[in-house]
Amino acid sequence: MAMNEQEILAGLGKIINEITGIPATEVTPEKSFVDDLDIDSLSMVEIAVAAQDEFGVEIPDDQLKNLKTVKDVIGFIQA
Amino acid sequence: MSKDQVRVVVTGLGATTPLGGDADSTWSALLAGRSGIRTLTDDWIDTLPVKFAGKAAVDPGDVLPKPEARRLDRYEQFALIAARQAWEDAGSPEVDRDRLGVVVGSGIGGITTILQAYDTYRDKGWNRLSPFTVPMLMPNGAAGWISIDLGARAGAHSPVSACATGAEAIGYALDMIRAGRADIVVAGGAEAAIHPLNMASFSAMRAMSTRNDEPERASRPWDKGRDGFVLGEGAGILVLETEEHAKARGARIYAEVAGIGVTSDGHHISAPEPSGIGGQKAMQFAMKDAGIAPEDVVHVNAHATSTPVGDEIETKAIKDAIGGHPLVTATKSMTGHLLGGAGGIESVFTILAMWERIVPATANLDDPADGIEVDVVSGSPRKLPQGPIAAINNSFGFGGHNVAVAFTSH
Repeated sequence: MAMNEQEILAGLGKIINEITGIPATEVTPEKSFVDDLDIDSLSMVEIAVAAQDEFGVEIPDDQLKNLKTVKDVIGFIQA
Repeated sequence: MSKDQVRVVVTGLGATTPLGGDADSTWSALLAGRSGIRTLTDDWIDTLPVKFAGKAAVDPGDVLPKPEARRLDRYEQFALIAARQAWEDAGSPEVDRDRLGVVVGSGIGGITTILQAYDTYRDKGWNRLSPFTVPMLMPNGAAGWISIDLGARAGAHSPVSACATGAEAIGYALDMIRAGRADIVVAGGAEAAIHPLNMASFSAMRAMSTRNDEPERASRPWDKGRDGFVLGEGAGILVLETEEHAKARGARIYAEVAGIGVTSDGHHISAPEPSGIGGQKAMQFAMKDAGIAPEDVVHVNAHATSTPVGDEIETKAIKDAIGGHPLVTATKSMTGHLLGGAGGIESVFTILAMWERIVPATANLDDPADGIEVDVVSGSPRKLPQGPIAAINNSFGFGGHNVAVAFTSH
């Protein structure tokens, strides 16, 4: 069951809000996790684990470090 | 001796306990003689001989924002909440962060995290563990988080001495300030150990009360019918500050931390040395360090946990060190035993007793044990005299740790 970009974005927004407290509305595709959302590396691991549970897509560590923006994660989950 | 060195005062108090979510509500409950002990409703309780404990009156998850709470063990949550309260109570002082320290310990640390993380690892694999598992389980985690919260850079420390931890932290903070390493130190103890493994392990020692039909009456220090301690949880934190720094900023000064006395029994891993000499000497050292005489001490907040062996040894030690005159109380009769948090909350209580000149009564002391030769407050609270006074908080821990903190009115 493929999810569209909007559905994945909404799911990510919810996860990021739960983990970091950042409002889901601020989680938009062009945002950088480090530069815009101020999310540290440990929180990124938490987000990746939660995303795996939510979307059923494993994000290996070597891929995780290349996912710089929200859009990158959406693309990875869709692919 | 002590008059030649830097004087250290208490300018902030914070606590979260089975009786209240802050120091004020806890203190009011103590004076009213209320118990924070309740029957537990967790499903695991059926597997244990003890079915009650003193859960925190205010759940820390209701106080902290969820993103913050999820990366802290419960004991760290209690510590951070109490530290923030104490800091605010001190007037959120302007201080050079290089001169601000933290000394906050726990007897056990993040044990709930350890056990839950092990289940996750075993059932789901290593890569499903929270990346915060290590900072949540480590016993120095609370000190680390508080130092981050306050930007404290003069050192963050975490003594671990079982049930003497909180008092030892205050002693360490006093030493730190006297040694010139800090102007302000946030100090105390925290514990969150209401977990079936801890309760089973203490039960295996036959150390816990099993008065399951009357949980509110189970913690009864010095009573003939006592049958063990009652587990509590929470944190108690003080802001310690040089008198000079406190006066310069016009801070309210609750009391002076005038002296610390520390000994070790060198006798048995859990049983107190029967003559009480270790506790007696801790109190004597604290008075000497404070430059006070036994007759100056008007109040002792005793360690008295309601175990059959310990309570009378402590009253003998008080009699031998100070005499029969101080008003002695055991607030664990209402809060239960917070283990590493005990010295923190009980120092808060000792200071508030001096500040308001009133000593809460020991609850459930219906039939006092024979041979108690000190003036134990029971029934209703009793007043302390006006004028300069001193008081001592005792905390003793498994391992043979004896700590006495001497406070004087300011």
